[in-house]
Amino acid sequence: MLKVDVVKKLGDFSVEVKFTSAGRVTGLFGSSGAGKTSLINMIAGLLKPDRGTIAIDDDVLDDTAAGIHVPSYRRRIGYVFQDARLFPHLDVTQNLHYGRRMNGVAYHAADLDRIVGLLDIGHLLARRTGQLSGGERQRVALGRALLMRPRLLLLDEPLGSLDAARKAEILPYLVRLRDEGGVPMVYVTHDPNELRRLEAEVVMLQGGRVVAFGGVEVLPAVTPFSESRDGGPGVGEHLLQ
Amino acid sequence: MLEISSAEWTAVLLSLKVGVVATLVATPFGVAIAWLLARYDFWGKSILDALVHLPLVLPPVVTGYLLLLTFGRRGMIGGWLAEHLGLVFAFRWTGAALACGIMSFPLLVRPIRLSIEAVDRRLEQAASTLGAAPWRVFFTITLPLALPGVLAGMVLGFAKAIGEFGATITFVSNIPGETQTISAAIYTLTQVPDGDAAAMRLVLVAVAISMVALVASEWFARRATQRLHGV
Repeated sequence: MLKVDVVKKLGDFSVEVKFTSAGRVTGLFGSSGAGKTSLINMIAGLLKPDRGTIAIDDDVLDDTAAGIHVPSYRRRIGYVFQDARLFPHLDVTQNLHYGRRMNGVAYHAADLDRIVGLLDIGHLLARRTGQLSGGERQRVALGRALLMRPRLLLLDEPLGSLDAARKAEILPYLVRLRDEGGVPMVYVTHDPNELRRLEAEVVMLQGGRVVAFGGVEVLPAVTPFSESRDGGPGVGEHLLQ
Repeated sequence: MLEISSAEWTAVLLSLKVGVVATLVATPFGVAIAWLLARYDFWGKSILDALVHLPLVLPPVVTGYLLLLTFGRRGMIGGWLAEHLGLVFAFRWTGAALACGIMSFPLLVRPIRLSIEAVDRRLEQAASTLGAAPWRVFFTITLPLALPGVLAGMVLGFAKAIGEFGATITFVSNIPGETQTISAAIYTLTQVPDGDAAAMRLVLVAVAISMVALVASEWFARRATQRLHGV
């Protein structure tokens, strides 16, 4: 169960969000500038809320009134970024093991085999990251986050930089991950179809506020926010760069 | 003509020793200061920046004299070090290494700072979400990604250390076998009759060392850059 109740001011823009979600997949839905990335960065611990609390089950990660702010490296929350952020000086195998090593998780060949199989990345293990396609990079980034055995997985528009064909290639893996991964996910997107496929519990954001909450039926039939990537980053994203 | 005498070899080997020790000892400090300057805003940052660059603009004789005042046997720091750690700089090769390290410090720090500034902070964020505490982020992500700059800085610093003359001769004098580096030896040879052939031999050695250092740094930088692009 993820409980979020935060306030964060970012220049002229502010995020004031409160929700509780027990779903296997929580979808943060909205146009760019709605505050999705700021919110997910707060859950990850990369951004500190001005006021409020963030908790997973009974474990409090942020509580500004009590002076609690668990740093990102102690949260054990896997984060898959839109741009994958694989480490270029490490090969695919080393990338996969990075989070596991940093968290002191013992190596289990079965773990690796299961995740490599789930994401179908066995043939990529010896490659350098520069030799991967966009879709392959995202799958490796997913594997890297999963191998550290996270208690929550954050996915920030993981398909955002991919074309339609690549999206169709990755989505089935995400559905499998939902069913077989055993890790709750927070999935950020501006594409309602992705959330429908994942049967997410939807938190709809606009201007830094929650405007709707519920099942996929709260999603618009057609995308009301025709997001253009060349339209520049949203307010929150801009401030985080 | 090309027969290098043992006295000349002594100067060459001493130069290499001084250059290597100066570079290796200065590098950790250089990385730490480059990282501070690249990543943090703090009170006195511009003063630290100016201090680092000071040896570049001060006359080397002035730097050497200041070293003599502070690190000489009766100097504030030099006296303490000699008494408590038995570490003597005055008129020793260690003093030559200290002078070379300080004179080459600005050249060492600059490329390292630039390469740390160029490291993508988003990769460091990713490492943090993967469980890496800040110091592990530095050693597993920041430093490896800044490696081309660190190597470039080390080679530049080494080349400068090999060629240092003014501060060294002022601080530790020109003692054959102890503080007489290639530069000092060449200078001495040009001051005596029939020193020309020996001076020329040392000049050729100095050119060779510099060339090897430059080629090596190019090679390292190219390899490291390839690594950074993930190929």
